Amino acid sequence: MIKHKKPTAFYETFERKGHNDTSTHYCPGCGHGTVHKFIAEAIDDLGVKDQVVFLSPVGCSVFAYYYFDAGNIQCSHGRAPAVATGVRRVHKDAVIISYQGDGDLAGIGTSEIIHAANRGENITVFFVNNAIYGMTGGQMAPTTLNGQKTLTTPLGRDPGRDGLPIGMAEIMNAITAPVYIERVSLSSTKGVLKTRKAVRKGLKNQIDGRGFSFIEILSPCPVNWKMDPVEAREWIAGNLEPVFPITCFRDACSQDQKDSQIAVEHSVESDQIPFMDDKELVSLLKVDALIPNLEILNLEEDQLVKIAGFGGQGVLSGGVLLAKCGIAEGIHATWLPSYGPEMRGGRAYASVILANDEIGSPVVDEPNVLIAMNGPSLDAFEDDVVPGGFILVNSSIATRKVKRDDVSVLYIPASDIAKKEGLTAAANVVLLTIYLKHKGIMSTETLRKIIPVSVTRKKFINTNLRIMDKALEYYDNNVRI
Amino acid sequence: MNYVKISADQCKGCRVCVQACPNHCLKIGSVFNTMGYQSAVFIGEDRCTACGICFYVCPEPGAVTVFKNEKPQKKRDTGESA
Repeated sequence: MIKHKKPTAFYETFERKGHNDTSTHYCPGCGHGTVHKFIAEAIDDLGVKDQVVFLSPVGCSVFAYYYFDAGNIQCSHGRAPAVATGVRRVHKDAVIISYQGDGDLAGIGTSEIIHAANRGENITVFFVNNAIYGMTGGQMAPTTLNGQKTLTTPLGRDPGRDGLPIGMAEIMNAITAPVYIERVSLSSTKGVLKTRKAVRKGLKNQIDGRGFSFIEILSPCPVNWKMDPVEAREWIAGNLEPVFPITCFRDACSQDQKDSQIAVEHSVESDQIPFMDDKELVSLLKVDALIPNLEILNLEEDQLVKIAGFGGQGVLSGGVLLAKCGIAEGIHATWLPSYGPEMRGGRAYASVILANDEIGSPVVDEPNVLIAMNGPSLDAFEDDVVPGGFILVNSSIATRKVKRDDVSVLYIPASDIAKKEGLTAAANVVLLTIYLKHKGIMSTETLRKIIPVSVTRKKFINTNLRIMDKALEYYDNNVRI
Repeated sequence: MNYVKISADQCKGCRVCVQACPNHCLKIGSVFNTMGYQSAVFIGEDRCTACGICFYVCPEPGAVTVFKNEKPQKKRDTGESA
């Protein structure tokens, strides 16, 4: 009978580049593999494989997604606890494993871990401490010991110059909210088995909804320490453990620690996190009076809109207006701006997508609607429009005609219409109004409702609305014949 | 009998299991595997208790499999001829 074998939370084979698809990329004797194994085993035994979201950090363990048959997010350097917070907010049932090294957690992401702990997020953090930056070749980390030789401290770490090693578990212990803080070590068989226990406890706490668990694991990095794997383990016992004492700092979930009961009360129960639907959000922002309850619109065709011009013409804000109209109509909308470093006068364009279904990418490479607010943007994007598309030209500024004959075109002197009402910058409103009207995308009344919500300078709201009326008047008199 | 199967292709020859085994059931073999490591081999047919310590200390997810009360099907399963 098989007593111990590879946990099923690992993939059967690890698809990576290279010929060997059964072993990890870790160096011989690395501690990561052992910790991975304990996490995988705990996932198996707790039966939560389908709920796990593994947050892999930057560092050697970045490739955890090749190994764990679980959800994965690869986080920016040091940001795993912040990502974990986000995942917790949207997935109440997720089992979130935030896995970080010491350069990641104690150096680059110090702020994230402290605040996630202070909020008492119901997550489990595994902090693998090997006292150096391993992946990049063994540079000094905040956890490097005094006198320890690394790539960046060839003569040894000097506390006068580099400070003293940080004890992250001690820092966690100064925060009230965490329910479980323990430091373990992979230096000996006993330590390894204790680590296994701690990993299981940390995950169990989360599944039981108890709160924030922090497990620091002293782990060997034989290659960067320039030792063989067995020596490296002895070095942990002789050098790391005296500086980073192996102890359970807090275990609020066991009966014998009464004073840490406060910690449990402080931890965030996942049920208490307020979840808001759109209606609540709308009422919170006090815009419910302005946004009517509309029937969800059904677009005949997804609108891939590119609004282009120069900065200051209302290119970006026009895009926002259009996207907001889409949202108010209950359809999906994205807005993606693109502009140069100049605030005014540089090239700017906004990509807006209006769609009945969820939108995968907000990038518009081949628009079916181009709103060209000046000549250069017509030159730049005319050829990108799909055949049968629609080009709306601000003929006050772009004087040339569209060369293509497989698209429908409308020339509107938008800047002139806006200028007559005293607000040249509202040319975007003219073009949007005419676009909505001409293509029959949605009622222009929606735009009328959105302008007061969207326009930031309130004294121009009425001017914008008046310009909208003028645009409709122009359309009735000159286009709709 | 109890025995330990070491996957010669996955073992990186780090010796951690050899050093950790309380009954000295493992040793480093003489053959190089495809990655160029000398993988561990099982030599403790008479004394392995299937405690699993080698499995837990091993840094590779699937290099070690521990069998209890079972006979190795082939000599190769113990890794000796790998």
